[in-house]
Amino acid sequence: MNKMHWLDPGYDRANYPEKRSDGSFVVDKASQKFVKIWQGPNHPGVTGNMSIELTVSGDEIIEAKTHVGYLHRGFEKLFERRKYIQVFPTCIRMCVAEPDYNEYNLAAGVEELGGIEIPEAASWLRTLVLEMARLQSLLRVVPGQGGTTGLGIGVQWGVYLRDLILDRFEELTGGRVYHMFIIPGGVRGLLPSGFRKRMKENLADIDEFIGNIDKVMFNNAVFKKRTVGVGIIDPSWVDSYGIVGPNARAAGFKRDVRKDYPYLKYKELDFDPQTATESDIYTRSRIRWHDLIMTVDLIRQILDKIPDQGDIRAKTPNVLHWKLPKGETYVRSESSRGEYGFYMVSDGSAYPRRINLRGPSYTHAVSLLEKMLIGANIADVASIMVSLQTCPPEIER
Amino acid sequence: MKKIIDKIGYKFNLSEIQYQRDNLTFFTIDKESVVQMLTYLRDYEGFSHFVLMTAVDWIEDGLFQLTYILNNPKEKVDIGIRTVILREKAEMTTAHHLWNQVATYQRELKEMFGIHFPGSPRINEPFLLEGWDDIPPMRRDFDTKKYSEETYFPRPGRKTHDPAEYMKQKLYPNE
Amino acid sequence: MKETTNNNKFLHEENKPRKVLAPDGSIIEIDPIRDYFCEDRPQVSKPGNKVVERFLNWARAESIWVLGFGTGCGSIEIPPLMTPRFDAFRFGVQTRPTPRQSNAFIISGYLSVKTLKRVIRSYEQMQNPKYVLALGSCTINGGMYWDSYNTINRLDHYMPVDVYIAGCMPRPEALLAGFMKLKELIKQGKAENANKYIENLDWYKANQKKIIKDWNMPDYNW
Repeated sequence: MNKMHWLDPGYDRANYPEKRSDGSFVVDKASQKFVKIWQGPNHPGVTGNMSIELTVSGDEIIEAKTHVGYLHRGFEKLFERRKYIQVFPTCIRMCVAEPDYNEYNLAAGVEELGGIEIPEAASWLRTLVLEMARLQSLLRVVPGQGGTTGLGIGVQWGVYLRDLILDRFEELTGGRVYHMFIIPGGVRGLLPSGFRKRMKENLADIDEFIGNIDKVMFNNAVFKKRTVGVGIIDPSWVDSYGIVGPNARAAGFKRDVRKDYPYLKYKELDFDPQTATESDIYTRSRIRWHDLIMTVDLIRQILDKIPDQGDIRAKTPNVLHWKLPKGETYVRSESSRGEYGFYMVSDGSAYPRRINLRGPSYTHAVSLLEKMLIGANIADVASIMVSLQTCPPEIER
Repeated sequence: MKKIIDKIGYKFNLSEIQYQRDNLTFFTIDKESVVQMLTYLRDYEGFSHFVLMTAVDWIEDGLFQLTYILNNPKEKVDIGIRTVILREKAEMTTAHHLWNQVATYQRELKEMFGIHFPGSPRINEPFLLEGWDDIPPMRRDFDTKKYSEETYFPRPGRKTHDPAEYMKQKLYPNE
Repeated sequence: MKETTNNNKFLHEENKPRKVLAPDGSIIEIDPIRDYFCEDRPQVSKPGNKVVERFLNWARAESIWVLGFGTGCGSIEIPPLMTPRFDAFRFGVQTRPTPRQSNAFIISGYLSVKTLKRVIRSYEQMQNPKYVLALGSCTINGGMYWDSYNTINRLDHYMPVDVYIAGCMPRPEALLAGFMKLKELIKQGKAENANKYIENLDWYKANQKKIIKDWNMPDYNW
């Protein structure tokens, strides 16, 4: 079809918009038939500040581009100006939703480069803190999927229970959101007395919540109609786009860092990550719901096995004058979104040379989202974004 | 792990092999054979997951070191490939046809370090910064404290207490 | 109003002056930044009769509607504020999605240059009288990112602020105490910072344009 103008007689709207051979659409900006809509940085929900520039024809999205950079603070440049012990309070703020994974990765990298072994009790406490961080993040995200389709009651229940877990964090570490509990060499303290009893009461409340959210959200006809069959990830995309975490598990690939590259005390715990084959939004929410059940079970196992006394910190040199030997390494851990890794290079001085974070949202939110939104409706954009669990602070650090 | 490295060593010229852990190895190759090595590892050795690509600035030698890390999900091993390019006119062949996410990493490196990858899609679009007309900020000759004090002036009355200086004064007051 | 300075190096395709085809078939010339927006300067709205103003201030203080724009780290403590544990709805505080329907703006944490442009746009679109709460120590003097090349250090050079809430993060109870202080200020008639912004508009604009180098908005976003 050659370039007819829409004012010419004989223009047929059925051939519109034109498709190229590889399936993408021809966007002719001068034809005034496409509208550009920005789904801007103002998201009243679980995602952070990230904007998507949509080119829309009617209600169908033709092209999408992600724009990040609203939360860029230049962390990697700031790290080069601080000594290793000063990097710790700064690096927590890189991922706001689950701050403890940053601390753990940095401590694991520094200990590997410096050749330090941590004691038993410290290892158990670190595992407990990481699982509690995953629990408070999943309590916000699992009902958040219902929030995008209009079901607000799950969010109110989930965030209330998350506040109770933050109370336990405050008892253990001293702060609600940013803990600074994991330091190079071990942790900062043992469990306070009565902690296990209060934690088990909270877990009983969360068990009741898990049953309720199943009835209210997953068996809801409107939620099912809007999420089953929408936002499908093809299994051939998993390796070519580098998809990790619950998104890959919903497409049939059983990948979990806690099982494949065990770290801390995960070898002695008993758990089994779930997979599924039809990878739409409903299945991804279900996999996260199963993750929530698994996390509650893991915390119960860990609480029974933590020693009450013991050494919590290994001997490290004076942290103000600590010079790590020259080397580089890559450490990883499993956050609730997927594989979370730090690449560290040290050059023998007291300041780090390069610390680079690779978060799972780097590929999910920028390249995968642009591919998944083609052909979707405008109303589904928020659901798809939340189902990939994108977290913009770790894209742009 | 050692068997895989030996097999690769027959075909390519490796140097500075570092066995960091029993499932992580780093080695250095020259810059012309990087894309060839990535294709060989992806197609024949099963390293199908691309983890990250980043750059380190060794300003005292006048070099950038690029690092690519690949992961084999079946054997559960990692390989880190290092290569060295000059700092003056920093350019590198693009690898965006192998994995779809590499284009994003290359955009970020162009903006933060100034390394150009000819042929990569959307390479000249700004990725993280808006309205930036200074040198690429992650280079080590960019002084971030000076830039911040001139542009976003701090509130007057700020004092800094460096704990290392304080301890030195207390323990060795004569020096 | 003064000339808008189009820094052509950073301008997008859509915002450049160009010729387009109009719906009736003719070709016209447009300049998007100057043509589509109102170019008047905003006017100061003085408080009126004392008794009526006291009643209106009471009404404004008891129903503060906050714009739901989480700008930084601090936005992780906004959902706990709106849920049953630290319920802010009983004080009349709720979040609204658009600036046209909201009263107060919570700047939660640091602001990068890119976000500052959008925040200024949203702030100027809100109706008078409007209030700003600055959360966290990053708004006071830069906080933890004081030496970063992308975050601003002193918020009150770009926007007028009513209440500062210190902390990193402040607890939701601290946020509620901040709201109490704001209500006191409104009822005493001291929260007139929207008028202060209009009176010193040139000084604020000069500061903003110095750091936002790709200014592709009109000078005042009505």
